[in-house]
Order: sequence, then structure tokens, then C-alpha cells
Amino acid sequence: MVSGLIEKYFRYNRLPHIWCPGCGHGIILRSIVKAIDELGYNKDEICVVSGIGCSSRAPGYLDFNTLHTTHGRALAFATGIKMANPNLKVIVITGDGDCAAIGGNHLIHAARRNIDITTIVFNNNIYGMTGGQYSPTTPKGEKGTTAPYGNIDKNFDLCELAKAAGATYVGRATAYHAKLITELVKSGIQNKGFSFIETVSVCPTYYGRKNKKGDAVNMMKFLKDNAINIKAAKSSDAERLNGKFLIGEFYKSIEPEYTDEYNKIINIFQKER
Amino acid sequence: MDKKVKLMQGNEACVEGAIAAGMRFFAGYPITPSTEIAEISAQKLPRVGGKFIQMEDEIASMAAIIGASLTGLKSMTATSGPGFSLKQENIGYASIAEVPCVIVNVQRGGPSTGLPTSPAQGDVMQARWGTHGDHPIIALTPSSVRETFDLTIRSFNLSEKYRVPVILLLDEVIAHMREKIEIPNEDDIEIINREKPENDIGEYRPYETKGERLVPPMASYGEGYRFHVTGLIHDETGFPSNSPIVAEKLIKRLIDKIEVNKEDIISFEEYNLDDAEIAIVAFGSTARSAKSAIDMARDMGIKAGLFRPITIWPIADEEIDELSKKVKTIIVVEMNLGQYVYEVERIAGKNCNVIGFGRANGELITPDEILDKIKEV
Repeated sequence: MVSGLIEKYFRYNRLPHIWCPGCGHGIILRSIVKAIDELGYNKDEICVVSGIGCSSRAPGYLDFNTLHTTHGRALAFATGIKMANPNLKVIVITGDGDCAAIGGNHLIHAARRNIDITTIVFNNNIYGMTGGQYSPTTPKGEKGTTAPYGNIDKNFDLCELAKAAGATYVGRATAYHAKLITELVKSGIQNKGFSFIETVSVCPTYYGRKNKKGDAVNMMKFLKDNAINIKAAKSSDAERLNGKFLIGEFYKSIEPEYTDEYNKIINIFQKER
Repeated sequence: MDKKVKLMQGNEACVEGAIAAGMRFFAGYPITPSTEIAEISAQKLPRVGGKFIQMEDEIASMAAIIGASLTGLKSMTATSGPGFSLKQENIGYASIAEVPCVIVNVQRGGPSTGLPTSPAQGDVMQARWGTHGDHPIIALTPSSVRETFDLTIRSFNLSEKYRVPVILLLDEVIAHMREKIEIPNEDDIEIINREKPENDIGEYRPYETKGERLVPPMASYGEGYRFHVTGLIHDETGFPSNSPIVAEKLIKRLIDKIEVNKEDIISFEEYNLDDAEIAIVAFGSTARSAKSAIDMARDMGIKAGLFRPITIWPIADEEIDELSKKVKTIIVVEMNLGQYVYEVERIAGKNCNVIGFGRANGELITPDEILDKIKEV
């Protein structure tokens, strides 16, 4: 029997999905849908937009208003959608290459405007769909098919980037911490402004194999053992934090939202009439 | 209501036309010589309840207008050469996903940054083939400020009717030239809106066509249809497919929806062609010089006339073929080193002599120069 969430929110006839066995994306997608379910939104008012890559195939499986765009451009398309109909809850699903390399400019400017879009990055540290090239989040020294001798690029901290650019809600979870994804996505969608949620995924097929990280289970165990919630980290000593990465809700603030601000301009002229 | 008579430049007439056509969303990026279109849109759109946004780049502007159009707003962007190159990625997206939108390209000297403040007609081929793959496109090109107003409306109408990106090719002269124009009454303007689906929710197939009409009805996001749109080859449901049969069917329909409706889409002007032995083919600001040259030639007893394509893509092949059977020589005058001339030659070359006369140094082609060319022939 299929789960209630799949029955209610997935385009069942579009399944099975294209993701490899052991990929973390399915867990993340389910956690997002769970958040939407718990928020109780009508499916008609949700619009999910994606770019290109493994993660960006997600909207095709979902029974919402969905748009699969060009590489890196999801946020620019989403901006047009949100401007045209501010009542829609616009969610962007993107990957590390899609959002931080080719789409990096759109990311920082959407964040800067604080337009009410919730962006969820499926970060698997690699270009999966094209076969394992290093991405802006591949850790320095790690390998990809285009970094056969080790990656010499410094990797982005996506959450720091989004926060610095002006996002008003920022958080990180992992495919292992599925409940946290749901919590962050719920808060992100409810935030009236630009929300950025990084979900650390696993790619055993390319990233794992290239870098001898073991199988999918080992990679999930790595996420379990090395992620520390920011609340717990505050009371932890430096030694315990060494080599670990933070998850949890990193930042939130209330600031004017872009489409609200634009509507104020329209209202000036409506009063004049 | 009295008719409004105004002195305005082409770029302003473009915005006036767009708003009259129902434009309610504009996304753009500053670039000479099209910037006034963004500036005037920013000023006028909120007054009619519309929206303007200055995006972070040209690519994003093109993406944003597609997003807004899918959400139900008539949308436009404007740019010039370098920006037009950047927009090509998502112009292809609008073509395959069949999203109505208007792209204004005020042509300036190229290649690259080229001559930012000088006129050119060097993007004729880019307008047709700028984005990769076989795709449908419509491109219109006006010769006056008033015609810019009219053709902007027509661009919206054609894009809505055929669900295709329409490119309005201005050149720097038409964009910045000021002329007196009479703005028609609202009631006298024909407005075409996209066909909406009548299906029950759940039975809507976003790319399903009915009968001979090759254009599928279009729902908007948020209306309850919950459809999927992709830039991948897709079937009638809108979902991706790798099937060669599906690919063949989709691409053929995209091309055919323009091809079989050419009669409706193509427009042109003929001037003194009845008894002409020499025909000039020219468009945009160059056609104005050509008209003067033809008047001068006629005064000298030379039987010259003008064929002015207003729709430059698709090309008026049947009309040019007919023309080539009546005249001895066709001279294609364009502000580039030979683009449209190759198309004209392809159609007319078997029937008459076809000569190209062009320039790409940022200067207008003058009536005297065209007259000299006529005399040479």
C-alpha cells in the first residue's frame, strides 16, 4: 500500500522516480511534502519551480502547479510567478550546481529582494545528472570526474551565502534528519520573505564512489555522526565540534517583503482613481 | 473620447502599445538603446495595476516574463544586441513550452559591445536562429513611431494567438526618433487573448490540440489545473518523453502552427511596385531611406518600387516569389553586411537578379546611396 502522502501529493503515474538507489533526494522530497501537508495548504496554491539536475526532476512528481525550467534559472522564473500572483506559495527546488554555480547570481538577488519564495537546495556535493563533476560545494581536496587529482576550488557555505545576501530565513538539515527538514520547510514557507533551506543529500553513485565514502548506508551514517544541531553546538566544547558541521535553524528576521512593497506602489495609484 | 495626438519616440510608443495590448508585467535590465522602454514601463505599469521589475541580468528578465506569463499576465522584456544574445536560452524555452511573450530588441552595432549608440540591423538572423534547435518564431519590424505602437500590439496579439515568443525588432533610429503620432481609441484596437481551456479540472492536458487548431488552450498557474511545464520534449500531458515519435510530433506541430498560419502572420507594404523593374527590399529605418530613393528614381524616370517586409519572420516567401517574376532586379538594402539578402536570393534568385547592399559601420544608409545603387543597376 502506498503511503497517504504519496497518494495525496504525488503524481502517482509519474513514478518511479529517476533517482539512483541510495540517493538521498527521495527522503528530502517526502519531508518537504510532509511539511506542506502539515501546513494544510490547498494544492492549487502551491507552485514548485526547479532548474536542471537530479533534484530538479522533483516537481514533475508532485501534484501542484509545477515548472521545470532551464539550468540555474528557477529563481528568476519563480520571481515572475510570485510577482504575477503573490497569493501563490512559491517553492524552488534546486541543486548545488544549479543554485550556486550557474544560478548563483539569481540566488543572491532573490535573497536580496526578500521576495517570498522558499528555496530548498538538495546539496549532494556533485553534478550527478552529468556524471560526477565537482560542484561549488564539493569540499576542497575531494574528487570529481573533472577534478581527477583533487578539487582545488574552495567550497561555498550555502547558508552563509544566502544569509549574507539577505535571506530572512536560513537553515540546514540532512537526508538523515528528515524530521528537521520538515520543521525547517514549514517555518520557511511561513516566513513572509526569502527562505533558504539547505538539505545535505547523499550521492553514493558518483560522489560516494569517486571519494571512497562507502555505500549509501555509510554515507547516511556520516551525516548522522557529523551533523550537530546549532542548539547543541552552543553548549559543546571546541573539541567535540572539530570536523563537524552544523544543522538546524540558523537565522530568521522579519523584514519587508518584495511583492508587498510593490503592491504599496500600485495602491498609491488605485487611491488616486 | 478625442483621439490623443502626441510627440513621442519609438521606445515610448512601444510601451504605450504594450499597455494598450494588455501588458501587465515587464522585466528588464538596463541596456542602450532600449533602456527607455524599461524606464517608461517602470513609470506606467503600476498606474494600471501592472508590475515592473529590474532583474539582475538579461537571462533572468527573460525567465521572469515567462514565469509571469504562465501565471496569466501578458509580459514583455526589452533589450539590445548583447542582451538579446543572453536572452536566447530562455527564448528557446518559451518556444518549446509555448509561453506567449514579447521580446523587443532595439538593434545596435555589433558584434559584442560593438557600437552601443548607433543603429544596425545585424540581428536579423539572430532573431530567427538565435536559440538552438528547430523552433518557431515570429519577428516584426516597424519603420515609424506610429507603426511601433501598432506592431507592439500586434506582437502581443500574435504571441497570445499562437503561444509563441514574438520578437519586435527595432533599430536605434526608430527607437529614438520622435514623431507625431495619433493614439487610436481603445475601442478601435483589436486585442487577442490566449485561448483558455474549457476542460474539467483533472481532464486538462496542457499540450493537447483540437481539430485543425494547432495551438493548445492555456491555463494559468493557480487556476486549479495543476499542470506541469518543462523545456524537455514532452507529450500532450506536458511530461517529458524520450520517444522519437513524441519528439517528431511536438517539433512538427511547433513549426506547423506558424507555417500553416503564415497568411495571418505575414504583413508587408508595397510601394510603387505595379510597374516596377527594380524592387528594393528594405525594412525598419532603412525602408524610409529606400522610399525617398525610389521617389527620386521615379522623378528620373526609373521604374523602382519598394517591398517592405513588416513581418520579417516568417519570411513572405510567396509574395517575394511573385515579385521576382515581375521585376528584373531586387536590391536588398539592410544595415548589415548581408543577412536577409540570402533569404531573398533563395526565393527570388531563380527568377531575377538579386543584389545586396549593406553596411555595418553604425551609419544610416542614405537615400542618395540607394539611388546610386539603383542607377548602377
